Amino acid sequence: MSTVRGRVYVVGDNIDTDQIIPAEYLNLVPTIPEELEKLGSYAMAGLARTPDQPPFVPRDAMKTPYTIVVGGKNFGCGSSREHAPIALGAAGVDAVVAESFARIFFRNCVATGELYPCETPVRLVDAFRTNDEAVLDVDANTLTHVATGVVHRLRPLGDAGPVIAAGGLFAYARQTGMIPSAASTPGADLGPSAGPDD
Amino acid sequence: MTAMTMTEKILALAAGKPSVEPGDNVWVRADVLMTHDVCGPGTIGIFKREFGKQARVWDRDRVVLIPDHYIFTGDEKAHRNVDILRDFAGEQELPHLFDVNTPRYKGVCHIALAEEGFTRPGEVLLGTDSHTCTAGAFNEFATGIGNTDAAFVMGTGKLLLKVPPTMRFVFDGEIPDYVLAKDMILQIIGDIGVDGATYRALEFAGEAVMRLSMEERMTLANMVIEAGGKNGIIACDGTTRAYLRGRTAKRYEAVENDPGARFQTERRYDARALEPTVAKPHSPDNRALARELGEVKLTRAYIGSCTGGKLTDFVNAARVLRGRRVAVDTFVVPSTTDVSRGLRVETVEGRPLLEIFKEAGCQISVDASCAACLGGPRDTFGRINGPEVCISTTNRNFPGRMGAKEGQVYLASPYTVAASAITGRITDPRELLQ
Repeated sequence: MSTVRGRVYVVGDNIDTDQIIPAEYLNLVPTIPEELEKLGSYAMAGLARTPDQPPFVPRDAMKTPYTIVVGGKNFGCGSSREHAPIALGAAGVDAVVAESFARIFFRNCVATGELYPCETPVRLVDAFRTNDEAVLDVDANTLTHVATGVVHRLRPLGDAGPVIAAGGLFAYARQTGMIPSAASTPGADLGPSAGPDD
Repeated sequence: MTAMTMTEKILALAAGKPSVEPGDNVWVRADVLMTHDVCGPGTIGIFKREFGKQARVWDRDRVVLIPDHYIFTGDEKAHRNVDILRDFAGEQELPHLFDVNTPRYKGVCHIALAEEGFTRPGEVLLGTDSHTCTAGAFNEFATGIGNTDAAFVMGTGKLLLKVPPTMRFVFDGEIPDYVLAKDMILQIIGDIGVDGATYRALEFAGEAVMRLSMEERMTLANMVIEAGGKNGIIACDGTTRAYLRGRTAKRYEAVENDPGARFQTERRYDARALEPTVAKPHSPDNRALARELGEVKLTRAYIGSCTGGKLTDFVNAARVLRGRRVAVDTFVVPSTTDVSRGLRVETVEGRPLLEIFKEAGCQISVDASCAACLGGPRDTFGRINGPEVCISTTNRNFPGRMGAKEGQVYLASPYTVAASAITGRITDPRELLQ
């Protein structure tokens, strides 16, 4: 999948992991399917919303109608909880487009293959409004505002791109022979090569 | 030979390379992998899914399981999660599970790791918690990772890491006796911002830093993540070695910066000029001086967590609280069972800490855990469940961090929190410290 089309949800700077998935829901284990779905329903439940901002996941729904989150600086700061990108992904989000990312959140997006974490050289939180339709082209590194046709350039994903495209760290490690494709414990055969760029 | 920083040297060694440079992606050997009850079950799930149900961890002696987050709660899933850790430790015959309801139970993982001798100079410590960086106080590379990375390490003992450039912070002179490590790190975060150190290592150096106890050094390293940092690091000295003596029998090799090692930035502080510092809601970089916030009325105070719930933190709080009464609900939560025992044994002016806190009217948990630092399940001790205004020795004050979104959290040192608890408004501890 190299393009993502859908509605955007716009947030501000320093959206931390407590806002993305509040700690009270961390009793849910992402590798248990029904708990994964629940995590998705709580995505962005901790957001300090403005009065005109709709809920990210509508009341009584399990999924979000928004496929792209547009954020400002330092998106995903705070905890290392992988539940954060996982919850967004489980809710139906495909990408977060932000001015910058906190290191561990970015890394967790790459390792899980759950989301495209795309950085923008300029601030886009004022160029989009929640519910606007957009097309993200991960190969061309662009985010297009559908109604106006304005094309915004994104920074390339770099080393992280192929890892996300492969479906995450494990899939990528198998694809490139860094770990055996059969389920077994690899050892010293891990060589230096391109990988998840954190 | 390239001149390297401490962080670069540790990563080069762990990668089996003569040298590395900032920006290099290298496969690094992990010396210790730590996980807890919140991220452990997911990590184990991924480990089994990816390596197979019969797979064994790469090294039983290097995997450390420390349940600490949601322990003293009625939440059934939280209990189930500890069961998952216990079952896994049983299957894999892991010697280092610090299980709930046993004499081995410890509490907050970052403090437990240090107390149990898992934080050793020159090593690489990876943990599924962003405050894993705390262990950088011990002259090692320590950083927080997600479940997928942790599962990879569990199976292979290795992880691909990008070598961070180092930002150096030097504190010249001696800090005044009303200033603590918390004030120093809040000063730095206020200066560089919550993303000022993203992807970077932060080194703390200078006379004021090297005069700090290990527990105070841990406070410095603990909060580097609040500036976006990848790891914090401090040189090894007699204080480090004295702390480790009797805690670990393993040989370790400390690292120093090479002469000519390159730092991305170097910032110098006159330690004597530091003042009691506070981070206002809702960001750790929203800095003010305690003396500027005298108008802020509080409804509660909180002393606990990996940042501010070590024995030293309680000794410092007790110095202020001794012989006084708190004006607002004040919660005391020891980080570990050792600290909990210490509250009974350690004294200030001849009085045990526990008695000082009781006489001051504090609400005391004898159960060591992360408790309300990150909110947690609704029944968590000290959790903010309404529009409280809280001053806290913890590390984060994002919206809803300690529970309800309506809550406001001010971060400060144990001195400032204790002084503010007594007056019911934010108070510079100089008003009360003799």
